[in-house]
Amino acid sequence: MLNFTLRRLAQSAATLFVMSLLVFTGVYAIGNPVDILINPQADQAEIAQTITRLGLDRPLWEQYWIFLKGAFTGDLGKSFAASIPAIELIFERMPATLELAFMAMLIAIVLGIPLGLLAGLKPDSWIGRSIMAGSILGFSLPTFWVGLMLIMVFSVQLGWLPTTGRGATVDVFGIPVSFLTWDGIRHLILPATNLALFKLSLLIRLTRAGTREAMLQDYVRYARAKGVPEREVVRIHVLRNILIPIVTVVGLELGSLIAFAVVTETVFAWPGMGKLLIDSINVLDRPVIVAYLLVIVFLFIFINLLVDLLYTALDPRVRLKGAR
Amino acid sequence: MNATLSPSREFATGFARDRIALGAFWILCLLLLAAVAAPWLTPQNPYDLAQLDILDAKLAPGVASAAGYTHWLGTDDQGRDMVSAILYGLRISLGVGFLSTVAALGLGLVIGLVSARAGGWVDALIMRIVDLQLSFPAILVALILLALTGQGVDKIIIALIIVQWAYYARTVRGAALVELRREYIDAAVCAGYSSARILFRHVLPNVLPPLIVVATVQVAHAIALEATLSFLGLGMPITSPSLGLLIANGYTHLLSGKYWISFFPGIALLLTIVAINLVGDRLRDVLNPRLK
Repeated sequence: MLNFTLRRLAQSAATLFVMSLLVFTGVYAIGNPVDILINPQADQAEIAQTITRLGLDRPLWEQYWIFLKGAFTGDLGKSFAASIPAIELIFERMPATLELAFMAMLIAIVLGIPLGLLAGLKPDSWIGRSIMAGSILGFSLPTFWVGLMLIMVFSVQLGWLPTTGRGATVDVFGIPVSFLTWDGIRHLILPATNLALFKLSLLIRLTRAGTREAMLQDYVRYARAKGVPEREVVRIHVLRNILIPIVTVVGLELGSLIAFAVVTETVFAWPGMGKLLIDSINVLDRPVIVAYLLVIVFLFIFINLLVDLLYTALDPRVRLKGAR
Repeated sequence: MNATLSPSREFATGFARDRIALGAFWILCLLLLAAVAAPWLTPQNPYDLAQLDILDAKLAPGVASAAGYTHWLGTDDQGRDMVSAILYGLRISLGVGFLSTVAALGLGLVIGLVSARAGGWVDALIMRIVDLQLSFPAILVALILLALTGQGVDKIIIALIIVQWAYYARTVRGAALVELRREYIDAAVCAGYSSARILFRHVLPNVLPPLIVVATVQVAHAIALEATLSFLGLGMPITSPSLGLLIANGYTHLLSGKYWISFFPGIALLLTIVAINLVGDRLRDVLNPRLK
């Protein structure tokens, strides 16, 4: 296990290195870094000063070194729009995005696994078929359009929930969260549902496929022959076995939820880092774009590493195969 | 199955056995036809400003314009007939989706075949790049690319190609590795054919079927992705309004109850994506020999 962990860590470090090279190439070699990192409204003296500070007058490999140092110390340049370090701006918005993503995942799990189980146990009944039809629809509906329709129905027509924004927050260990206030929950419901829809369909399909496969296995037949009640067969034998792939997918999809949050946050004006990215793109606030890119790359590599380790801990078969 | 049927005939009857898929196929044909024939079907060219009348702006569905023409799906804030706007938008959405998918398919095909044939470090390097790219969601990669390059029709097509090629490369490589171990390849090698000839004349036709299935579903993904990017303001420019841009345009009017400007383009988008997905699903079932 230690061996595997170390090798996996080395792999992540290598990925991080490759990604840093790619980002560097994108910003410094393809684009003109002077345009990207220096505020176009700055005067001559300020431009000259920034060029020296960021080392843009040095050779390329030295620039990469300065860029790396900046990335590790969190100095990625100041936002043009807000005049504070770009990375601070991102960290300020991160809790809102993470809260939205976790809530969406929770909705997807709480609804998806039971529905998938039901569809898998009764694949030919009308309820099984309706669940599957619903999941195809969930896959096909474009997230942003569903968001608009949710606002139209629940906010504009029915007036039940607020249209946009985050609502009241309370600080927990210095991090603002909104799911602890009633106003916050009211603001959270629509965007979280919107973001959850795609993952919900995915979990339904995954659970259904796993259940159908597990029901045909010998251990299920044996448990039934032993006289175990059907409820217990499903709970102990089927569910336990299909949970391994589900845990992996849930972990991996967390990253994609954070990415898709860009869309949902824009529709619902949710003040997360996705909305920040789009706003920054619209006003060409490039240091923020670069900082977002680095933060998201780091986050993804971290999540992938964590899921891999978790998967290995859960399923010894993977560990053995990897060690060979 | 009847042995006298030709393979294409057998395929067609197999496909048609699923009524829902058959319905989706016909809807898709209708949508394609409507998109191609948009200039002849629509009452106005929605982007010829001379044909627009600002007095007709924001008419509800079914209301007649000042000139006496009934706008069945209403008009937008410029007095543009929504039926016309949707058909022209469908044209752009389908065009971008198909074009980028075909280009990505070609690119992925060549890279996948070369990777399978070359083996060794070339194969390992290509597959690591594929893994790296597929570990990031397509929307994120496309967003970042467009943020760095700016918007434009050419740029969105390039972004869509870049996010799609890796799927094809991986699919083709997997299928090609299986084919390369077959005896007819040994025969071709013994006959002294060049690597290129073996790859493109012998292996290619055999790896195409699984690829077509992937491509069908990918067109739907590409269309949805383009619509999302356009909605975010990063995709198509205002001069080429795809369905996503039409929906974005109606966003501001949604809160004042004028739902139709966003609603109907969304329905058109949904119909297109669902139809393609259903056809793709059925194709996979029919082409998959294990299920026969």
